[in-house]
Amino acid sequence: MKKVGYILLYVCLTAVAVFQVFPILWLFLFSLKNNQEIFSKSPFSLPSEFRWENYLKVWESGIGSYFWNSVWITGVAIVFTVLLASMAAFAITRMQWRWNKLVLGLFMVGLMIPIHSSIIPLFNMFLNVNMIDNPWSIVITYTAYNLPITLMILLGFYYTLPREIEEAAIMDGCSVHRIFFKIIFPMTIPVISTTVIINMIYNWNEFVFVNTFISSDEYKTLTVGIQNFIGQYMTDWGAIGATLIISMLPILLAFLFFSNKVVEGISSSAVKG
Amino acid sequence: MNRVMSNKWIIGMYILPAFLLISIFIFVPLLLSGYYGLMDWDGIGAMKYIGMENYFNAIRDGLFWSSAFHSFMLALFSTVSLIVYLAISLILASKIKGSNLLRKIYLIPMLLSSVAIAQLWIKVFNPSNGILNSILASFGVDNPPAWLAEPNVVLYAIFIPILWQYAGFYILIYYAALKNIPESIVEAARIDGATPFQIAYKIKLPLIMGVVKVTIVLAVVGSLKYFDLIYVMTGGGPNGASEVMASYMYKLAFSSNDFGYGSAIGFLLLIITLIVTFIVRKVTASKEELQY
Repeated sequence: MKKVGYILLYVCLTAVAVFQVFPILWLFLFSLKNNQEIFSKSPFSLPSEFRWENYLKVWESGIGSYFWNSVWITGVAIVFTVLLASMAAFAITRMQWRWNKLVLGLFMVGLMIPIHSSIIPLFNMFLNVNMIDNPWSIVITYTAYNLPITLMILLGFYYTLPREIEEAAIMDGCSVHRIFFKIIFPMTIPVISTTVIINMIYNWNEFVFVNTFISSDEYKTLTVGIQNFIGQYMTDWGAIGATLIISMLPILLAFLFFSNKVVEGISSSAVKG
Repeated sequence: MNRVMSNKWIIGMYILPAFLLISIFIFVPLLLSGYYGLMDWDGIGAMKYIGMENYFNAIRDGLFWSSAFHSFMLALFSTVSLIVYLAISLILASKIKGSNLLRKIYLIPMLLSSVAIAQLWIKVFNPSNGILNSILASFGVDNPPAWLAEPNVVLYAIFIPILWQYAGFYILIYYAALKNIPESIVEAARIDGATPFQIAYKIKLPLIMGVVKVTIVLAVVGSLKYFDLIYVMTGGGPNGASEVMASYMYKLAFSSNDFGYGSAIGFLLLIITLIVTFIVRKVTASKEELQY
């Protein structure tokens, strides 16, 4: 009886796993087929031959350029976010000043606000300083909007670092900058890697800011790029499949190699309401 | 020590860059949104002050209320689905082999962009070649609905990818909370003859109630803000049947060039989100947790 129960539980859990993975597998399968195969054969059938040329075709007709835009914008914004959030975490947890709790509170509030409430004024601000259709508007926006969550994740770690570290360093005549850059910052590398992963997922997948601020094809990132692209290739399922798989691949690879960090990051991002 | 670590200039150097960024790019736009809401403005020409007119119009605007209703429906669906996630987590956390791998597999959709998810599910729902209708056909369903094209069905159809996307996230959170319960408590209950169901319902659930409350807030607030997936999948259609607050606001501003009215809706979205967050927290908070 007990054994039957266990088997039943496993069946349930496996069914959920199949539901979670199956659509992606199906997508991968049809990304390697041509329309004729997709429309006439069973959706579960393997491709008669693996048509990798679907990938080559979409890469060369624009997806490649969207991809590199996503890479550099994601990367530069991560560097800014992590550096500025680390400095802020250092000032909030390690230095003594009066408005410390109030500023921390503001960052907390920043976690809750819906970005759609600020997007029209933000659009107008960038328009006024001639930064609409400029990728740096995206980098700045990503940095600002990811600062609160990054700071939250860092704070927990900063609070656990013993005060004796700075005390000893100051006795030895170390400056604050040396304490931060040479001692504290390197010690936080484990938690920084978590924030990098979380920022990477957010930035890579972000859609509405790019869709609103960028109009030239040459600056678009993948999320918005695939939108346009699929509009053009409406009927070519193989091309659409290949495009979507390309857009998912970097995050899926990161997950494959750093799944524990991703799990850690996503759990700690749960504070984001 | 104190003198070095309380140097005002150095503190400023460390806190100001981050502080200015969130002030200028998050808080100032929020306030401006309320202010633009008082204007008649097409986004290009001069603004004209019209007082509270946009806000009064919103209250009378049937489209705004239907979009708000859809947002609340999604919030309701999301909250109810938490029960399913909780049940799965209870199974997963009960000494199941491979639970670590399983919860990672569950998480995969959460890592994908809403745009990719939307495009993928457009294909899944495709009436003639989509996988869903193929599966239904093999079970002998002859007349499946035209999922995304049918006003009565579209909101439910859209909820399936939302479920798909967030399942792993909530299961992850519940799993972690359940694993934090000391084994001795569960063991004691078992020795006293409690059934697995009683242990789950009477012991484990109350112990992770704090986490459950947090996830309710996350699910409700997250749903009110929902945008990307719906914007890509249906654009709020057919005929406004899947319009939500954020997509309605976006359409007003960036398709109809009614920036003043769009800002007013955006500001209302903020106010509604804050009020609902407050209410949900009040309702779910027990006495000793009220400060949270």
